[in-house]
Amino acid sequence: MMDQIQESRPVMAAKVALAKTVAAASGRAGHSGTTLPGGVIAAIDKGVIGRVSRWLPEGSVLVSATNGKTTTNAMIADILAREGMKVARNREGANLAAGVATALLKDASLTGRPRSDIGLFEVDEFALPEVAKQCSPRTVLLMNLFRDQLDRYGELEHIAERWRSAVMSLGSGTQAIFNADDPLVAAMATLRQDRTLCYGIEDTAAGGKVMQHASDSKYCTVCGNPFEYEIFYMGHLGKYLCPACGYSRPSPAIYAEKLAFDGMRGSRFDLVTPECTVSIKLPLPGLYNVYNALAAAACAFSLGIGPASVKDGLAAFSAAFGRVEQLVIEGKKVVMLLVKNPAGFNEVVRTLLTEPGKKSLLMALNDRIADGRDVSWIWDVDLEVVAPEIESAVTGGTRAGEMAMRLKYAGVDQSLLKVEPDLREALRQALRRTGEKETLYVLPTYTAMLALRQAIHQDFTTDRKLGDLVWK
Amino acid sequence: MEIRIAHLYPALLNIYADRGNIICLAKNCQWRGIDVVVDEFDLGKKPDWEAYDFFYLGGGQDRDQLLVCRDLAAMGSGLMEAVEAGAVLLAVCGGYQLLGEFYRTAAGETMEGVGLFRAYTVAGQRRCIGNVALESDMEGRRLTLAGFENHSGKTYLRDGQQPLGRVVAGFGNNAEDGTEGIIHKNAIGTYLHGPLLPKNALLTHHLLEKSLKHRYGPDAVLTAVEHALEDEALDVAVRLARR
Repeated sequence: MMDQIQESRPVMAAKVALAKTVAAASGRAGHSGTTLPGGVIAAIDKGVIGRVSRWLPEGSVLVSATNGKTTTNAMIADILAREGMKVARNREGANLAAGVATALLKDASLTGRPRSDIGLFEVDEFALPEVAKQCSPRTVLLMNLFRDQLDRYGELEHIAERWRSAVMSLGSGTQAIFNADDPLVAAMATLRQDRTLCYGIEDTAAGGKVMQHASDSKYCTVCGNPFEYEIFYMGHLGKYLCPACGYSRPSPAIYAEKLAFDGMRGSRFDLVTPECTVSIKLPLPGLYNVYNALAAAACAFSLGIGPASVKDGLAAFSAAFGRVEQLVIEGKKVVMLLVKNPAGFNEVVRTLLTEPGKKSLLMALNDRIADGRDVSWIWDVDLEVVAPEIESAVTGGTRAGEMAMRLKYAGVDQSLLKVEPDLREALRQALRRTGEKETLYVLPTYTAMLALRQAIHQDFTTDRKLGDLVWK
Repeated sequence: MEIRIAHLYPALLNIYADRGNIICLAKNCQWRGIDVVVDEFDLGKKPDWEAYDFFYLGGGQDRDQLLVCRDLAAMGSGLMEAVEAGAVLLAVCGGYQLLGEFYRTAAGETMEGVGLFRAYTVAGQRRCIGNVALESDMEGRRLTLAGFENHSGKTYLRDGQQPLGRVVAGFGNNAEDGTEGIIHKNAIGTYLHGPLLPKNALLTHHLLEKSLKHRYGPDAVLTAVEHALEDEALDVAVRLARR
């Protein structure tokens, strides 16, 4: 058996060396080198993820979701670091099989043995079955499924079907963690006999009685009849029950209660596990980040990590790349909030509403492949609720006009709108329109965020060293 | 004045932000001082067909479209009669397919449609995804329309049926014959999905004016409103489709 799995040392050494060479070369060529090396190796060797990851002493953790996987992954990494663990991680965006392979190969010695203790990988929703199959993970964390870029991912139901098959193929030793509040995800827990763990929110005051417009999965995952919701937390996430067949949200073993929000500054909640209750202070705003923190905590719990590291890791957490990044540009406070899909955008809108007063905005809508070529989704965002609070909005990016039009139809007076497709110029104008004591909220799609970081780096003075923040 | 809109199956047929079209219709009425009523009808709820001037059907996931297909069949011919009597209808993507004669799946099974449009759809091998632009002849008026399409079904019009337009860039009904959509009386079926109306301001104007005429007779006229921002968004969409 062994000689089938373990290839000869010279061959592995050649592959690792090739990966490192490609990584260095692609770095020099101006690419980030996050996917290309693994892609080169993966193209010649399909089993590389499994062959390297199996030597990780603490195994691998896979994190997947439509929303929050990058932030949650970073939170888990911080918690693991507090336990003194050395973590092999893929960088955000590099979350297909090739990105995971790259991270493993970069971490490996020339003999193909990892240097780290544990692998922690965010995995694209579509790529999950393939990656899970290759690496036999110790833990799989499945957080949520929302409608996303339909032109890239196809229907939500197709992604759900892929996840179901991935869950069914997991080995008996894998711990699978599910978000109890997402009916589409929670129903997957019933596909396994044991080693499942559910987390959720138990605080009716943190939710609402009305579903947001961009909501999916309104119908029972078992019998197809409409769910009844006692409470909606975020999109279709909430406490649900099917009156027809009796299927209901599973009781979460790990949950957050007594949520309290303090605008952009963050939130507090009590984290309850089967062993103890810990009060958590999270320096990130919004309910969506409570979900991210809760998912990270559930993952840490499954890995046997104590509450002190969870509490401290979360309290000291700073936002991942473009997600609630706060900086000062030309003396003005700027908050950057990445928006990728209706559910995430709705949460950003909800978070904006927790800050008092009128808002100055820069909304940057690109339609490149990574953003989704189809910009229809902005019409599923409940911008009507924030429209009365908008004092000024500059729209930028390849679809600046479409974004401005969306704001017009949401009820924003046209005199408050300015269309400027060029993002450098849009940022300049948005800063000019923001008062000395005010905050500029920048809401970009993914590639617009990258372009804006570049613009900030080139054109403006800021309070932060942007070297590590700029797309290289 | 008042326009009454029936939004059919909003809970199931809403995959491409179809709500954008409803928001657009409502706002365009408000800006002109026209009262607007939007009523939603989900599975098993049957509208009083004669009470509405405008019917809207969006697109859905395959599974959801199957549910709607059965429900529509059970509803009877009310929708067809309303359209024959001059009511306006806009059916987008999946809604367009459901109102045709039938849909034949890749496995060869045939799903009966409503037959309101004299067109049929067969499952295609390749998904048609991308920006799309067309030239349309709307009762002698030439309109440029643009939007985004994402469909695997290929729709074919029966002989003599009028398409919504000729594809300038993109795929259209079936990626073969250069047609996009269909027009029958005041009913339009199209693959330009989701929020098609906001940036196609002249089409919106046309449909609302037809709605007014349906309610108040042929002399009813819709006043104009400015649509510079809409035209700007349309120009960009046309340019992207042509690229």
